[in-house]
Amino acid sequence: MFIAALGALLFLLPFIGIALRLPWMRLSEIFGDPETRAALWLSIRSSAMAAALSCFFGAPLAYVLARRAFPGRSVIRALMTLAMVLPPVVGGVALLFTFGRNGFVGARLDEWLGIRLPYSSAGVVLAQTFVAMPFVVVAVESALVRQDTRMEEAARTLGASPLTVLRRITIPTIRPALLAGAALAWARALGEFGATITFAGSFPGRTQTLPLLVYSTLDTDPGAALALSFVLLAVAVVVLGLLRDFWFAGMSDRGKG
Amino acid sequence: MSIDVAARLQRGDFILNVEFQAEVGETVAILGPNGSGKSSLLRAISGLLPISAGTITIDGKVVDDHYRQIFVRPEKRGLGVVFQDGALFEHLTVIENVEFGLRSRGMKSASARAAATILAEQFDIGEFAHRHPASLSGGQRQRVAIARALATSPTVLLLDEPTSALDASSKIEVRQLLRSILEKFEGTRVLVTHDPADAHSLADRIIVLEDGRITQSGTISEVTANPRSAYVANLAGTNLISAMSDGDLLRTSEGTVIVASERVSAGEALVAILPSAVAIHAQEPHGSPRNVWRASVKSVDEFAGRLRVHAIGELDLVAEITPAAGAELAIAVGNEYFFSVKATEVHAESR
Repeated sequence: MFIAALGALLFLLPFIGIALRLPWMRLSEIFGDPETRAALWLSIRSSAMAAALSCFFGAPLAYVLARRAFPGRSVIRALMTLAMVLPPVVGGVALLFTFGRNGFVGARLDEWLGIRLPYSSAGVVLAQTFVAMPFVVVAVESALVRQDTRMEEAARTLGASPLTVLRRITIPTIRPALLAGAALAWARALGEFGATITFAGSFPGRTQTLPLLVYSTLDTDPGAALALSFVLLAVAVVVLGLLRDFWFAGMSDRGKG
Repeated sequence: MSIDVAARLQRGDFILNVEFQAEVGETVAILGPNGSGKSSLLRAISGLLPISAGTITIDGKVVDDHYRQIFVRPEKRGLGVVFQDGALFEHLTVIENVEFGLRSRGMKSASARAAATILAEQFDIGEFAHRHPASLSGGQRQRVAIARALATSPTVLLLDEPTSALDASSKIEVRQLLRSILEKFEGTRVLVTHDPADAHSLADRIIVLEDGRITQSGTISEVTANPRSAYVANLAGTNLISAMSDGDLLRTSEGTVIVASERVSAGEALVAILPSAVAIHAQEPHGSPRNVWRASVKSVDEFAGRLRVHAIGELDLVAEITPAAGAELAIAVGNEYFFSVKATEVHAESR
């Protein structure tokens, strides 16, 4: 009991710490600062892009993993899990040595197309997508594995083409899982720190996202760091709330329909 | 509007090798135990499982031929398929399920809805039109599945275990519904089932599938009168008994004597006795029957309006009697009776 209470305190106290020290009076000044606004705006755009890319690439990947047997499938599954538990900074290092100027992909991108990903806003999106996509893949794949494929077969015998089956049967039935995966991916991308700073650096206005700004202002202006942390905290709470709604919606759907 | 199958299908160690035809206006039941390959056969006809050799022809058109590289995709075969426990679209309403086939074939939303509504009324599911399938009972779900399959006016109707997921009372209800639908349906009907009662009440002809092969076919009375495997014998309730013949009398391994009217050459023999040929008596009978065995009742069930009495004793037997006879004898589990069979009803063959 006592140990449990200590455990709970470990989580509770830091939130109180933020709320107590939050410089409520200075909030408008902090959020009026151009550097803060740039970081906030970059964070919103890049995390939204990363979540979108995670769905765009992750959902088809989940479909193939769930429905097609092919050599190397278990390797890809293992890599997905690995990417979820990998320290993000290691992911950043790996990205740097792959897509960096001297990396085996990065050098060619630079040479042939003139694209340089490291230390660019696109690099931020790449780093965030790298850490966020596994959440979409895992959520969607488990939903597809649970799904009864006879529904799709029944649709075929009723005259639906594979594309129609995908549009009218497969996607609607995995929609709750896709939305939950996307929300988790977005939250993960928004809070991303290690891979971003390693691969894209922390250039104000270009690659400095909100978590990076929090870290860099902690020494110079702790009040601002607190206020920005509070924003990230609020976002996490909102995402959790939305997920709860999805899960409850899913349950009541099952109850009535 | 017929089906002609001569196909081989291999999945891992399992090989399905069948040849059969189903004509317009008849209902063919493919009857077999679980794992016999009957669902794979239905999936092959539907186009959900390509065959590895042979040909499947529907209405005179080759839809699957491995060597000639012909394969018509399921959505182009124009079949009506009723899946086991429905396979309804759970995220769509009842009416959206019924109109799905029409919409997939490009019918305008308003006309599809109108056609589906008429069909839903015919199948007594109109009142649930805007509910989701999960809120329906097993029997109602099956009605939706049948209406959905018939909405596109297919010329061939395939039914996969249409009553197996239902409870006893829904089974009877759905079976009655199916009987009236199958009678009205003018095309070819193929029914896959492991339930002999389905075959009994719905099929004109049965094909027995065991371990990927057809072991017997014909009308249900032809098949059950002459069972060629333990599976069919069990279905029909026919008593199959191994015995040794000394050229005159037959003896089981326990030493029980069986008398047949026709002589069987000495050696191992297989004795078949139809359950309807077994009579049950409270007192030892006198007179004509030459075979009388004592046995006690192990279980009683009902089959096609008659009682089936399973007994164990000097000889383990299944007897089929009328419910009236059962009441008169006060048949109850554990009671001991005399079971008699005329020698002329004992069919024995040496093997």
